[in-house]
Amino acid sequence: MLDKEGIAKRIAKEIKDGYYVNLGIGIPTLCANYVPKGMDIVLQSENGILGMGPFPYEGEEDSDLINAGKQTVTLLNGASIFDSAMSFGMIRAQKVDLTILGAMEVSENGDIANWKIPGKMVKGMGGAMDLVASAKNIIVAMQQVNKAGESKLLPKCTLPITGVRCIKKIVTELGVYDVLPEGGFKLLERAPGISVEHIRKSTAGKLIVEGDVPEMILD
Amino acid sequence: MNKTVKNAEEAVRDVKDGMTIALGGFGLCGIPENCINALVKKNVRELTCISNNAGVDDFGLGLLLQGKQIKKMISSYVGENAEFERQMLSGELEVDLIPQGTLATRLMATGYGMPVIYTPAGVGTEVAEGKEVRRFKFNGVEKDYLMEYAFEPDFAIVKAWKGDTQGNLVFRLTTRNFSPLVAMSGKITVAEVEHLVQPGELDPDHIHVPGIYVHRIFQGEKYIKRIEQRTVREK
Repeated sequence: MLDKEGIAKRIAKEIKDGYYVNLGIGIPTLCANYVPKGMDIVLQSENGILGMGPFPYEGEEDSDLINAGKQTVTLLNGASIFDSAMSFGMIRAQKVDLTILGAMEVSENGDIANWKIPGKMVKGMGGAMDLVASAKNIIVAMQQVNKAGESKLLPKCTLPITGVRCIKKIVTELGVYDVLPEGGFKLLERAPGISVEHIRKSTAGKLIVEGDVPEMILD
Repeated sequence: MNKTVKNAEEAVRDVKDGMTIALGGFGLCGIPENCINALVKKNVRELTCISNNAGVDDFGLGLLLQGKQIKKMISSYVGENAEFERQMLSGELEVDLIPQGTLATRLMATGYGMPVIYTPAGVGTEVAEGKEVRRFKFNGVEKDYLMEYAFEPDFAIVKAWKGDTQGNLVFRLTTRNFSPLVAMSGKITVAEVEHLVQPGELDPDHIHVPGIYVHRIFQGEKYIKRIEQRTVREK
């Protein structure tokens, strides 16, 4: 079973040279640590940065420079700063090549829920609704099974949704899936040591398994 | 055209109970600290605030929440504030959560003189309830868009890095965020700046908000600029 770092490592393999990438809060942020050296990518932060760099060295934090997770960050050479309308403008206009975000639930037709648990947690959608409504290439990083043992790959989302039929690829602690246009989670890769049977038991929605499904290669 | 006022108290002197105020800032980054303090001191109440976030318990808009001065918040993300959550769950505070890009663009539309925008954000979700949906072919794809209205706040309040007495504003790094859009949206726009300079001292090519949008400007003081998540790496 993959830990958070493992999920991030696997997703990082989907990032290609020349990509503009938006990373959500949580596991997606970790993906930046696994981008191969020498690969030329630009990170977008939706509060208005292109060319976001790593965290600053201690003592060099600047309260005027944060990312969308409100963390202190740095800028790389060639970075640019812009306002929030332009930031979501470039997202809506599909200038961003890849969006990686977290989810609480995904349904077999590609609906995603990640902004609200009625009566419990209402933090808001932030930029997630804009991203899922517009991005052409979204990868979801999520836990497939929660602490109570319940699958979060569902026939239908139980929580209020963030977007409709927008998710095409998912990486979890157990596997990599495509969400098919006609509905269903198609298993592409298994996490190391995880059986198809284990995955079947951990998928509440329609699971599609064709032939031998390979183990994912992480390094 | 000199737009200078003495201080925050003078800048917000005619903010009245029940008014709608848009504020710049993302988290605690680039928030108008002086004006928020002045609104707390003035004890105006029943405010509707449009701001991406609602501050933290003891800083930023959290200070107005503590004094129960806010009737309604319009935000995209409010996850950092326990008092906010308490007031929302108890029903004391009305909350309208909207997508971040929608929030930004509804403010922008006001400054561009457009009553509505169409956006795909929120189609098919709770956010779409009661809203007009139109289908457009755009960028090679046919899909649904929600009609969203431009905001028309009574006051817009921003904090900029530099400004001149004519109201021209320059922001520093990610303090820019929503602030230029907020600044364009106000019937009355107030700007507090870290450095108030004379006309001619700012390069016209570097101005983010032209002074035509700004009605009052003053040099702020005692900026705390609190960091919400101090993240560093080792040398």
